[in-house]
Amino acid sequence: MLLAIRRLLQGLPTLLVLVTLVFFMMRLAPGGPFDRDRALLPEVEAALQAQYQLDQPLWRQYLGYLQDLARGDLGPSLQYSGYRVSELIAQALPVSLQLGTGALLLAVLLGVTGGLLAARHPGGMTDRALMTLAASGLAIPNYVVAPLLILLFAVTLGWLPAGGWRPGALADAVLPIVALALPQAAYLARLMRSSLAEVLQMPYIRAARARGLPEHRVLWVHALKPALLPVLSDLGPAAAGLLTGSVVVEQIFNLPGLGRYFVQAALNRDYTLVLGVVLLYGALIVLFNFVVDLLYSRLDPRTRAA
Amino acid sequence: MRGAVLASSILLGMVALAAAAEPARGDASTLRIGNGQEPETLDPHRGEGVSALNLLRDLYEGLTTVAPDGRIVPGAAKGWEVGDGGRVYTFHLRPEARWCNGDPVRAHDFVAGLRRSVDPATGSSFVGILAPITNASDISAGRLPVTALGVSAPDPLTVRIRLSAATPQMLGVLAHPSSFPVHVPSLQRWGDAFARPQRLISNGAYCLQDWVVQSRVSLVRNRHYWDDRHTAIDRVDYFPTEDVNSEFKRYRAGELDITFQVPLVQAPWIRRHLADQLRIATYQGVYYYGFNLTRPPFKGNRALRMALAMAIDRELIVDKVMNGLAQPAYAWVPPGTAGHRPQMPGWAGWSPSRRLAEARRLYAEAGYSDANPLTVELRYNTHEDHKRIAVVIAAMWKQALGVNTRLYNEETKVFLNNRRQRRLTQLFRASWIGDYNDVSSFTDILQSAHGQNDTGWSDDRYDALLARAATTSDASIRSGLLADAEARILSEWPVIPIYWYVSKHLVKPRVHGWQDNLLDYHYSKDLSLAR
Repeated sequence: MLLAIRRLLQGLPTLLVLVTLVFFMMRLAPGGPFDRDRALLPEVEAALQAQYQLDQPLWRQYLGYLQDLARGDLGPSLQYSGYRVSELIAQALPVSLQLGTGALLLAVLLGVTGGLLAARHPGGMTDRALMTLAASGLAIPNYVVAPLLILLFAVTLGWLPAGGWRPGALADAVLPIVALALPQAAYLARLMRSSLAEVLQMPYIRAARARGLPEHRVLWVHALKPALLPVLSDLGPAAAGLLTGSVVVEQIFNLPGLGRYFVQAALNRDYTLVLGVVLLYGALIVLFNFVVDLLYSRLDPRTRAA
Repeated sequence: MRGAVLASSILLGMVALAAAAEPARGDASTLRIGNGQEPETLDPHRGEGVSALNLLRDLYEGLTTVAPDGRIVPGAAKGWEVGDGGRVYTFHLRPEARWCNGDPVRAHDFVAGLRRSVDPATGSSFVGILAPITNASDISAGRLPVTALGVSAPDPLTVRIRLSAATPQMLGVLAHPSSFPVHVPSLQRWGDAFARPQRLISNGAYCLQDWVVQSRVSLVRNRHYWDDRHTAIDRVDYFPTEDVNSEFKRYRAGELDITFQVPLVQAPWIRRHLADQLRIATYQGVYYYGFNLTRPPFKGNRALRMALAMAIDRELIVDKVMNGLAQPAYAWVPPGTAGHRPQMPGWAGWSPSRRLAEARRLYAEAGYSDANPLTVELRYNTHEDHKRIAVVIAAMWKQALGVNTRLYNEETKVFLNNRRQRRLTQLFRASWIGDYNDVSSFTDILQSAHGQNDTGWSDDRYDALLARAATTSDASIRSGLLADAEARILSEWPVIPIYWYVSKHLVKPRVHGWQDNLLDYHYSKDLSLAR
């Protein structure tokens, strides 16, 4: 337990570096939050700058931000006047979490099953069919798959909504989850296949087979666990990516998730919102990498000592 | 194989479950509107984009408002008198006007609203259009306190507005969200964060029920609204629809009743299959290219600017690039604008060959030739449509004059920043949508001191014409002065107008009462839904 807490605390300096880098990089970008298509009067702009303390020297703004952060305050959004960043994130995070969890489960299910089936008879019909599917899943980007899904299931068949998000409406989540999961599933399937194929060539598998163990036992008991390791190490960042939203899928399906905030906040120079989302993203990566490490040590005893 | 079967059955199961759990997607009394960008705020004095203003017009009501056909009609005021040679407006409020919580709408709410709007601390983008009100400019510049504004409430039902000069467009300005009243107790309680669900109290036909950022803004009918008996729709859902193609699919899937726009590339298909639902009308907006007139090669080179303006085939752009969803613009002010006497350069009616010959002559006069061609940088903010137009115009200039155009697409903030600094930028894309229906909403922005004048054009004659027009109460003389001002633009070419916008929406047949108008304002209270 202590070790776990220590590991997690080790993530704090990483996050501080992240925040510092993003804070200053955002300020280096030309243009500011109040540069709008419709020019503000200089006096009005000055008043807004003062209101958000953007008229202060940069180092003071930075220290001020860190102080607020230490108190758990992510600051006001510069774009959505009257909203705090934490409120916006609190609105968007559940949506991204629901979509991300769904997509992650579907991707693991499809990917691992596909990889398993393909690796059992490398070069066979199933293998070739599945790997062609996986290659297309990887090659065809989200922004092509998503509109096709909408065209088929929403516009033509009318089974599912074309976009939008109503809390509790499962129907709204189906197409986005599928669109999010497909590329991940394809990637996982390929990863799983190559990893399993490699493991199946290992001497200890040959030994198991020579001892006359039935094939399903060889596969499920001896080969699967080590074959899952590369898949697992990919899952940490993949989970963080899926759970924090995808701007493309959110845009196409009109979903109020985090991914859109992130991109739009960057475009709008909403400094505080960008920092808030980056911080969350960073924290999730640290967390998931930690979880993956834990799972790793359960699957591979050799990593336990470390 | 078993795994694949399992996976597909799970997928199908999800679909079936979802279809079964599907709650009704909008009922007969809910209007569902695609609204473009996510509104940045629902604060009437801070809202800026078309999307926010659309919502604000449903939520609030000014002293005047806009009828479905675009006329200015009484709003929260039942009538008014104009005195002192057009410099004092006295409005009489409707005693029955109520805020969403039932509080009466009173004169001090309007006084507070207008004061807040011109207060630099509020950060309104529209302080400029309120400048005709006595002392407004000095207040926005921080030289006077907000209490010095020429707006008063002699009694709870009378609002008096004093102007520094007769301003015929004032009634239109008062229908704009920046002139809307504010519910003083909410402002006192919540400060600037009042514009949120459970806090925002509005005085229009609708009240704010819910706002899930990036998802939906829901309005419900204001039962206290003075004209509620004529409101037909109980609930209005506004959806952010930034992606025009996704919006179109949602419309086709029956999830939207009105779209924010129409995808250009789909226009031919829509004309064939949804012609009865396509609403296209002249709109108060101009798409143009601006020159940086503070640096070479365009500074002091009128012949060059004119040659470039003449060498653009606007009909081709409108037909082939815009798929007919625009109008070719040879002048600055959109047709149909109030008080407008249409101006047109003489060459607009020439044959293409004569026009090109003249463009070449001017190009040579400006000092350029095939041996010494102009090389110019054209900057635009990243967008597929801007890119397509820029590519076509660059090709036209190359073909007609031999100009080498380098295209730079820039992220919006970078683009705006460069444009305003006038250092890097030589030639830039821009557009302008009128704030109210009057010629001055277009002519004003090219005044030397105007914040929107990114060309740096400073023309004494032009400024003098506008200054005279601003103090003239005689509509005909004013219109003549503004026409002369537009003619001046068409002689000096600080900008190249390319096309005038059209409003373009898809409207479901179940929506009744939709009327096209120049401002593209469509209040939900004026619409109804077929049962």
